[in-house]
Amino acid sequence: MPKSPSDRAAGDPYGRVYDLAVIGAGCAGLAGAVTASERGLSVALLDTAGRIGGQFYRHPDPAFGAVRPEALHHDWSAFAGLRRRLEAGDVAHLAGHHVWTVERQDGADTPWTVHAITGADGDGEHPVRVQARTVLLATGAYERQLPFPGWTLPGVVGAAGAQAMLKAGLVLPGRRVVVAGSGPLLLAVAASLATAGARVPAVVEAAGYLGYARRPAVLAADPQKLAEAVVHGAALLGHGVRLRTRSAVTQVHGTDRVEAVTVSRVDRDWRPVRGTGRRIACDALAVGHGLVPQIELATSLGCATRRTKDGTHALALDAFQRTSVPGLWAAGETGGIGGAQLARVEGEIAGIAVAAQVRDGAAPARDGRVRELRRRRERMRAFAGAMAAVHAPGKGWAEWLDDATEVCRCEEVTVGAVREAVDAYGARDARTVKLLTRAGMGWCQGRTCGAAVACLAAGEGPLFLPPSPERRPLAGPVPLGVLGSLDPSEPSAAPAAPAGPAEQPDTDRPDGNSGPRD
Amino acid sequence: MARDRTPAELVGAAPEQAPFEITFDGRPITTLPGRSVAAALWSAGVLAWRTTRRGGRPRGAFCGIGHCYDCLATINGRPNRRACLVPARPGDTITTQEGHGHAEIAV
Ligand SMILES: Cc1cc2nc3c(=O)[nH]c(=O)nc-3n(C[C@H](O)[C@H](O)[C@H](O)COP(=O)(O)OP(=O)(O)OC[C@H]3O[C@@H](n4cnc5c(N)ncnc54)[C@H](O)[C@@H]3O)c2cc1C
Ligand code: FES
Repeated sequence: MPKSPSDRAAGDPYGRVYDLAVIGAGCAGLAGAVTASERGLSVALLDTAGRIGGQFYRHPDPAFGAVRPEALHHDWSAFAGLRRRLEAGDVAHLAGHHVWTVERQDGADTPWTVHAITGADGDGEHPVRVQARTVLLATGAYERQLPFPGWTLPGVVGAAGAQAMLKAGLVLPGRRVVVAGSGPLLLAVAASLATAGARVPAVVEAAGYLGYARRPAVLAADPQKLAEAVVHGAALLGHGVRLRTRSAVTQVHGTDRVEAVTVSRVDRDWRPVRGTGRRIACDALAVGHGLVPQIELATSLGCATRRTKDGTHALALDAFQRTSVPGLWAAGETGGIGGAQLARVEGEIAGIAVAAQVRDGAAPARDGRVRELRRRRERMRAFAGAMAAVHAPGKGWAEWLDDATEVCRCEEVTVGAVREAVDAYGARDARTVKLLTRAGMGWCQGRTCGAAVACLAAGEGPLFLPPSPERRPLAGPVPLGVLGSLDPSEPSAAPAAPAGPAEQPDTDRPDGNSGPRD
Repeated sequence: MARDRTPAELVGAAPEQAPFEITFDGRPITTLPGRSVAAALWSAGVLAWRTTRRGGRPRGAFCGIGHCYDCLATINGRPNRRACLVPARPGDTITTQEGHGHAEIAV
């Protein structure tokens, strides 16, 4: 453990107190870390991954000796710039650190303790802890999945997951890959797969892209996003990829792996239209229904959240990226899905704001750079809101399920079992369904099935919304030995009690929902 | 079906270290250095390396980023490793993980 005096020697990353601990080394965390460090703060940057970059700038291991790592990326120079600044400065980059809880001690000189397990998949021998005066949470997002018949067949992979495996491992899940679900990420994934040599017979999008046309002002305000869409669109056209909107994969065919999918038309509410199914031969399906902010570390501390237009929960943040818990900042997808560029802007605002707080005890209210960044943030947030509204899951999606479809992949719980819990036993929320069926009790702790279970439990409500953000005590399964090894004289291993919203967010007000409930 | 190119060609991969072998259920698989176990298996067309506890259904990588735990494999005798996170190393033996992966010590 890093607490013994001999460990405090120079070079021991755990023996010192940092001004700032940043969790997540994607666009937001990187920008926050280098900005704060350049302004004189001591910074630790923790990430589960071995390399910086997060999801967007995920790239091949140096062992590949890739001479064109940028071939699968937009805007690689922005990343190269952040990486240069990181290498030039003295941020302590702690790779392979899986943070499983963050503790806060009110009134302490060093209020924050960040607990992590180490190793590629958390298999490291010793748990570690990093102490800091402030924390920036930049843990990004994960993909939202909605089940459909056959989605557990090998060859069905997450769309973002296929992208991640391609960017880091230079591999494809198949040779003929249908891309399906909803959200702008599908276009990026299809473009990458096609560029990397896969045939992509179709991109199947449940929403209608006409939704964008109804929001011309927001579109015009963010030309960079439009440019991105045009680039993807051009790449797709060049590869002969067809975009089928208002359609969904309603069945996967195959015995041991994917052989084909059935694509059906859906109505505005994503209800499949009978008799419209068409079979498309393929050997893989990359599927995803948007992204979900990854905020468990914050909600377990009692951070206030807001609901986004596509039914996820994001952290409620003020103009300086502060959460409702003093000393805890957040940036990037944790504050709502908005893309890599927005994450960078927010990371920089947070870095400036944390530096001002630590040095002067105040927010950088009159900083010209912050004003400029905030203008860009507002523009991009507006665009992100429009996107979320267009791709919000329609309430009719559950009609493409049959009773044998597995909802919970870990515990192999079927739609039939969940419906029985709802119809016969009166379950009305995900928690009750979980107790009755074990859905969401497996290894992934309900991350994969949570949205679907909540929706099935709620029945056909006016909104597709999980009723409250999950409040998991641990941000990932932790070996019992790690919990046991915590020093009992230290602050308790349980997450700190909610610290109450001391500062009310002054922008981005929580719309409707304030803070997690059980 | 012919493919235009491979992802490795696209980024101009030129590893200094030679390709190496791992085994999957005894079958040798040659892969490039720098890949996770899951990526190494995908590169050989292997998509499933686990069977589920109840239905005995085949599973492999799904989320690709360490979240879903569908990719659990037995690596060098140790069960329940997330193959999408663990780097492949020369000589690794990967075996299909059946059920909870503790068959050999079942009580
Ligand atoms: C799998 C995936 C692939 C994506 N691919 C694309 C794409 O190709 N194009 C696109 O436009 N957008 C993509 N996105 C969207 C992406 O979220 C944003 O574009 C961008 O990466 C957001 O930046 P960020 O800094 O907020 O978060 P991220 O880039 O997601 O960075 C978050 C970082 O936090 C780390 N982290 C999370 N939890 C912990 C923890 N408990 N302990 C330690 N570290 C932790 C993660 O390892 C990650 O490196 C993808 C999203 C996902 C989930
Ligand atoms: S593929 Fe999801 S955890 Fe490995």
